[in-house]
Amino acid sequence: MTGVDVLLLALGAVAVGSAALVVATRHLVRAGLYLVVCLGAVAGMYLVLAAELVAWVQVLIYVGAVVVLLLFAVMLTRAPIGASADLDRPGWPAALIGGGAGLGLAALLVDAYRWTAVELPEAGTAERLGEQVFGNWVLPFEVLSVLLLSALVGAIVLSRPDIGATGDATPGDRGRSR
Amino acid sequence: MRPVIPYVTAALLFGLGVYGVLRRRNAVLVLMAVELMLNAVNLILVTADTTAKAVLPHGGQVFALFVIVLAAAEIGVGLAIVLQLYRMRASVTVDEIPLAERPADEPVPVAAGPIAPTGAGPIAAGRDGPHVFGAEPEGQR
Repeated sequence: MTGVDVLLLALGAVAVGSAALVVATRHLVRAGLYLVVCLGAVAGMYLVLAAELVAWVQVLIYVGAVVVLLLFAVMLTRAPIGASADLDRPGWPAALIGGGAGLGLAALLVDAYRWTAVELPEAGTAERLGEQVFGNWVLPFEVLSVLLLSALVGAIVLSRPDIGATGDATPGDRGRSR
Repeated sequence: MRPVIPYVTAALLFGLGVYGVLRRRNAVLVLMAVELMLNAVNLILVTADTTAKAVLPHGGQVFALFVIVLAAAEIGVGLAIVLQLYRMRASVTVDEIPLAERPADEPVPVAAGPIAPTGAGPIAAGRDGPHVFGAEPEGQR
């Protein structure tokens, strides 16, 4: 049990605890803020696991962009301030499947790795990862950029009702709900 | 470094994400739970990068970066769909979305519509009746 293990355990406990709050809280905005804590703890785990670039990309994109988008969506759908009573459906099947998946995977991985220790590899800095991305993985990288572009165009088309409309509906009728 | 600690953390995060996707009714909360699952996968990839000896170095971390990009694309399109759904039905409750198309002059159903295997989705269903659904945005809350 070295210092690295203690750090990983603490960050993992924070991540799992805040993830449980994300899926259990009755406040919509608080779910987004607990998600920030969870993603930040996972970014800390990446740092401990010597994945520097992934950690900072996680902070930039997840905590910086994705959570902000989610909070914007929470506000644009006019979520009520305070607790909402109707966020959940009856939970026994969900608890069964989610608990089964989580605990089953955990048991599988514990059985596979036991309490073995490995050496941490050299840190995944931007230089080393950049060599890999633009060397061996350049074709998936380019395909991914095309996918990102098409997702962007798709999001724009989805949110502009006058582009994809069949014709009879006037665009002014769509955006009535603020 | 004991790799079992991040692996078990990732497995528990994935289980919590599955639970959230199945439990939550609000579409934005469903997307948050999907983010939890994607993060669990990323954690597995980064941890596997430290434990597995691959031919190409840092393959797991490169894949984690790719998954982060995919998650960004997914959340963009997903939130566009959610906002369009809210614009048409004034509600983002996922189990009230009718899965079948219906004529535009039919009244708004309270419960879920008839289940058909067409998978037409909210866009096709709502394209017929924006006048009906958008007329009463305050009614649901």
